[in-house]
Amino acid sequence: MAAHRCNIFMLVFVLCGLTYVFVRADIEDTNHVKDAESVAVDIAPKANIGASLRSTKTEDQTQAAEEERQWEAETNPADAPSDNKADHVHDTMQNLDSRPAPYAKDQTQEAAEEERQWEATEVKEADRVPDTMQTPDVPPLTPAKDQFQEELVIRPLHSGDIYASFQFRTMWDTDFLRGSKVSHYRLFPKSLGQVISKFSVRELHISFTQGYWRTMQWGQPFLPSPPGAELWVWFQDTVTDVDGAWKELTNVLSGIFCASLNFIDSTNTVQPSASFKPLGLGNVTDQRFLRYAVLPREIVCTENLTPWKKLLPCGSKVAVCLMFDALMKVASSQSFRLSYNTSEICHNSYCKSTVWELRQTLNVVFDLHTSGQGKREWSLFKMFSRTVTEACPLASSSKVYVDGELFELSPTTPLLSQAVVLGDRRTYSVYDLTNQATFGQTRSLNMLLRWRAAESGDMLRPLLHGERYVAGYGLQTGEIHTLMYNNHPYRAFPVLLLDTVPWYLRLYIHTLTVTSKGRDNKPSYIHYQPSKDRLRPHLLEMLVQLPPNSVTEVTMQFERALLKWTEYTPDPNHGFYVGSSVISALVPSVVAMDTNSTRECPLFSSFFPCKEESSYFMRVYTEPLLVNLPTPDFSMPYNVICLTCTVVAVGYGSLYNLLTRTFQVEEPSPGLAKRLANIIRRLRGVPLL
Amino acid sequence: MAAPLTLLLIVAVTIRAVLFRSSLAELIPERVEVVSPLNAWKRVVEGLALLDLGVSPYAGDVFHEVSPLSIPLNESNPSIHPSIMADALTAVALYLAVKDYNKTVFRKQKYALEAERYPLDCLELIRTPKEMYYIPLKVAMFYLLNPFTILSCVAKSTCGLNNAVIALFILCTVKGSSLMSAIFLALATYQSIYPLTLFAPALLYLLQRLYIPVNWQRSSFWLFTTQYTFMYLGSLCVMVCLSFFLLSSWDFLSSVYGFILSVPDLTPNIGLFWYFFAEMFEHFRLFFICVFQINVFFYTIPLSIKLKEHPIFLIFMQIAIISIFKSYPTVGDIALYMAFLPAWNHLYRFLRNIFLVSVVLLACSALFPVLWHLWIYAGSANSNFYYAITLLFNVAQILLVSDYFYAYLRREHHLTHGLYLKRKDGSEATLVLK
Repeated sequence: MAAHRCNIFMLVFVLCGLTYVFVRADIEDTNHVKDAESVAVDIAPKANIGASLRSTKTEDQTQAAEEERQWEAETNPADAPSDNKADHVHDTMQNLDSRPAPYAKDQTQEAAEEERQWEATEVKEADRVPDTMQTPDVPPLTPAKDQFQEELVIRPLHSGDIYASFQFRTMWDTDFLRGSKVSHYRLFPKSLGQVISKFSVRELHISFTQGYWRTMQWGQPFLPSPPGAELWVWFQDTVTDVDGAWKELTNVLSGIFCASLNFIDSTNTVQPSASFKPLGLGNVTDQRFLRYAVLPREIVCTENLTPWKKLLPCGSKVAVCLMFDALMKVASSQSFRLSYNTSEICHNSYCKSTVWELRQTLNVVFDLHTSGQGKREWSLFKMFSRTVTEACPLASSSKVYVDGELFELSPTTPLLSQAVVLGDRRTYSVYDLTNQATFGQTRSLNMLLRWRAAESGDMLRPLLHGERYVAGYGLQTGEIHTLMYNNHPYRAFPVLLLDTVPWYLRLYIHTLTVTSKGRDNKPSYIHYQPSKDRLRPHLLEMLVQLPPNSVTEVTMQFERALLKWTEYTPDPNHGFYVGSSVISALVPSVVAMDTNSTRECPLFSSFFPCKEESSYFMRVYTEPLLVNLPTPDFSMPYNVICLTCTVVAVGYGSLYNLLTRTFQVEEPSPGLAKRLANIIRRLRGVPLL
Repeated sequence: MAAPLTLLLIVAVTIRAVLFRSSLAELIPERVEVVSPLNAWKRVVEGLALLDLGVSPYAGDVFHEVSPLSIPLNESNPSIHPSIMADALTAVALYLAVKDYNKTVFRKQKYALEAERYPLDCLELIRTPKEMYYIPLKVAMFYLLNPFTILSCVAKSTCGLNNAVIALFILCTVKGSSLMSAIFLALATYQSIYPLTLFAPALLYLLQRLYIPVNWQRSSFWLFTTQYTFMYLGSLCVMVCLSFFLLSSWDFLSSVYGFILSVPDLTPNIGLFWYFFAEMFEHFRLFFICVFQINVFFYTIPLSIKLKEHPIFLIFMQIAIISIFKSYPTVGDIALYMAFLPAWNHLYRFLRNIFLVSVVLLACSALFPVLWHLWIYAGSANSNFYYAITLLFNVAQILLVSDYFYAYLRREHHLTHGLYLKRKDGSEATLVLK
C-alpha cells in the first residue's frame, strides 16, 4: 500500500516538473515573438505617423477651405429618377449614410477670432498622398498605407444617464480580393482581413447588443442595432455558392467573436430586397449576395469584449481605452452594444482609389444615479475609475467629444465642434488627446461634468419611432402589432418596414392591415416571402407612407405551431424570440424644420428653406418579441409511442381477426383456462374462443 | 320521395345559413378538430392572397390544396358558400346512390329467395321493402344533420368538397358509369392521395354489375380492368398536368402530396399522427412514417378478397379506415362514413358493443373542446390530456368499424348456414371466430 502511494507521489512530481518545463518554454517563445513584433511595428510607422500628424496639424486650416468646396459639390445626392421606389429611397439613403455628416465648415473662419475656436473636424482624407500616385491597380508602394482614428463621445441623456460611444476606425489602402495575397498586416486586424479575403466579403456588419435602447427617453443612438446579435454581409458578385460561403463565414465569425453566430442557419437568414443596401462602395442591388440574420436571444457580455479589444491596434493599454474598466461595469449598464462594420469606401472624394475601413464601436449607457449617489455630477474617474493619460501612439487622431452645453466642464477646452447628427445640430466640446496640452500639469485628463440647472431641458422627440407587441391570448393564434410613430409636425415620409418572423409562427399575409389615423394605408410596395417549415423564415418588406404626426399600425395574424420535442429550446416555457423589425427611413431633418433660423448665415443661402441636410437616413429597430408556443410533454416520448402503437395495433388486430378467421360453431366443454380467457375476451370485446 | 328530401335540404341549408351569420362562424374555423392544415379555409384565402402578391401559393408552407379546385371557390357567391353547396350535393348523391344500391340488393335477395338459397330459419334476416324504403332518406339525413358535417361546413373546410367528390364517385359507380366513376375517383385521389384505395371496390362493383366474374384466366376480366385502370390513370394525369400548366411548376407535388405523406405539420387534430410524431425520436421518424402511412393502404387487398361480393360495404370500410388512419383527419371525414350507417340498419342485431362505442364517441366529442381549452387557454392541463382523448376517440372509431365488419360477416354466415345453429348434440350453439 505504502509503496503504491509513493508511486503516485512520484508520478505527480514528475508531471509537475514536465508541466513547468513546457510552460516555461512557452512563455519564452511568446516573449520572443512579441519582441519581434514590436520591433517590426516600431521601425516602419514611427516616422510616418509623426509626419502625418504634423501635416494634419499644420494644414488643418487650409485644408478646411478645400474640403468645404468639395463637400458642397458632393452633398447633393444624385436624384436620378428610378422605377423602383424602394431602390430610389435607398440610393439616396445610402448616399447620405455613407458619408460623414458635413460638419459646420462655414463657422470655421469667424469662430477663429473668438477665444474658443471652432474646429473643422472629420476631414475624410487625412493622409496627404497626391492622387496621381495612386491608381487602384498598382499595389501600394509603401506598406504603411493604413491609419487609425479613435474617439469617444459622451452624451448626457435626458433621463440622467450617460451615453458613452467609443469609436475606432481603421482604414487600410489595400485590396484583399484582387492581386497578390495580402500577408503583411499592420493596423488592420489580421483575423478579420483573412476572413474578408477568404470569403470574398464586400461588406460585413456585426453588432452585439445587450439591453434595449429606450428611444423615447434617450433619443436616437448614433448607431442603432437590435437586441441580441445582428449580422449582415454583402458578398462580392464573384461568389458562386453564397449560401455555402455564408454558412462557413458565420462559423468562422462565431469563433473569432466568441458568440453563438454559428446558430445562424437557413431558418433565420433572409435576403432583404430593399432594407439593407451596401454602405460602402459599389451600387449593388442584387440581393442574391446579401445575407441578413438576427439572433435575438444572443446574450452579450464581457467575453465578447476580449475579441473586440484584440482587433484594436493599441489593445487596452492606452488612450480612450479606459473603457476596459468600463467593461467591468457592463453588468450595471442599461444598454450596451458592440459593433463591427467593415466595408470598402472611397479613398478620396474623386473615388479614384479605395480603402478598406473597419469601424469598431462600443456604446454604453451608464446609470448616473447608481454611481453618482443622486448628485448630478459625473466624471471620467468616477465612472471608469481611471483618467485618460495618453492617446494611442498609432492613432492619427484621438479625441473626446462631450455633447451639450447644459453643464460645466472642467477642465475647460478651447475647442468646439458642431455637427449635424441624425438631423439634429449639436455643439460638442472637443478634447484632442494627441495634443499634450490637453492633459495639463497632472498629465492626466479627468473630465468633470456638473449640471447647471436641475432641469435638463426638453429633449428632441425622435421623429421616427417604432414599437411592437403581440396581442391575443392562448397558445393557438396571435397577432403581431407594429406601431410606427411619425412625430414630424407637417411632413409625411415613406418608411421601409422589414419583418423577419420564424417559421413556427405561421403568418397569414391576407390578415395584414396597415392603418394610420383610423384609415387604411395601403403599402405601395410589398415583398413577401412565405416561410418553409424548418427551412426558412417569413420575410416581409413594405414601403409605407407615414402621414405627419401620426401612428401607423401594422397588424398581422399568426398561428403558433407545435414543434417536435427536440426542436424546443431547453427552457421552452420561457418562450421563443422573434427578432426586431427594422424600420428604415429617410427622415426630414429637424434642422430643416426651423424655418426662422436665428443663426447667422449668408442671406443668399436661405432663399429656399430646404437645406443640404434636409433629410437623413435613419434605421430604427423595434423590440424583439417573446412568444410562447404550445409544448408537448417532454417526459413521455416512450409512453406516447407505446400508447399510439397500441391503438394502431387494436385496429390492426381486430381487422386481422375478422379477415383471417371464419365463423364456426363453438366446441363443447371448454376448459378452465379457456373459460378464463373467454371472460377476458368478453371484456375486451373480441369474439370468444 | 323527392319531397322529404327537399324538405331535408331546406332544413339543412337553413341551419347552416343561420350558423354562418351567428358568432360561431368566427369560432368554429379555429377549431383544430374541424379544420386541418390541409383543408382550412383560412389557408385557401392565404394561398389566393399569395397569388395576388405574385408569389406562388406553394412557395410557403401554408397552402396545401391542389390549385384548380380552390380558384373557383374564390369567385363564388358569398350568400351561399360553396361548402353548403358541396354538402347538399353530397347528400343528394348519397341518397341516389343508396337508393340504387338498395334496389340491387333487393333484386339479388329476391333471386336468392326464388332460388331458395337461404335457409328456412333466415326469414327474419330477409330485408323488407318497407324497412328499406326510408334508408336513402336516412342516409341523407345522417349526412346533412350530423353535427360533424355542420361544423365542418360552417368552418368552410374544403373537406366538404372532398366528400362531395367521393359521394359523386360512389353514385357514378353504383349507376355503372365506369368513365365518370374513374374521373371522380381520380379527382378524389388528386385532392388527397388516400381515396386511391377505393379503386379496388369500384372495380369489383363495376365487374359485378357487368356480370364479369373475378377470374384471372378470363380475358374479359383483364380487358375491363385495363380499361378502368387506363381511364383512372389517364384522368389523374390530365389533372396533374392541368395543375402544372396553371402555375408552370411542379412545386405542388411536394407541397400537397409530400405534405400529406411526410406529416411535417404537427398541429393537433383528432388523429393519431400529431403527438406521435411530435414525440418521436428523430432517427426512427422515417420508419414510423412509413409504417403509419402503409397502414392506411395495407388493408385494401385483404378486405377486397374477403368482401369481393360486397363492394359497397368495402367502400364503407375503406372510407372509414382512411378517416381513422389518415395523417390529417377532421370530423368532416368521419361524417362521410357515418352517413352510411343507416344503410347497414339490418346489421343492428349483430352489433356487439354499439352502445359503448356511441357513448364513448359522444363523450369524446364533448371533451375535445374542453381539454383543448384547458391546455391552450387555461394552461391548467397539458398536451397529454388532449392526446388521451384523441386516443380514446380513435379506439372508439376502430371498434365501431370492426363491429360493423363483424356483424356484416356474421349475417352473411347466417344467410348460408341458418340463423339458429345447433350443436351436434342438438343443443343451441354459439358462433365463434376461428
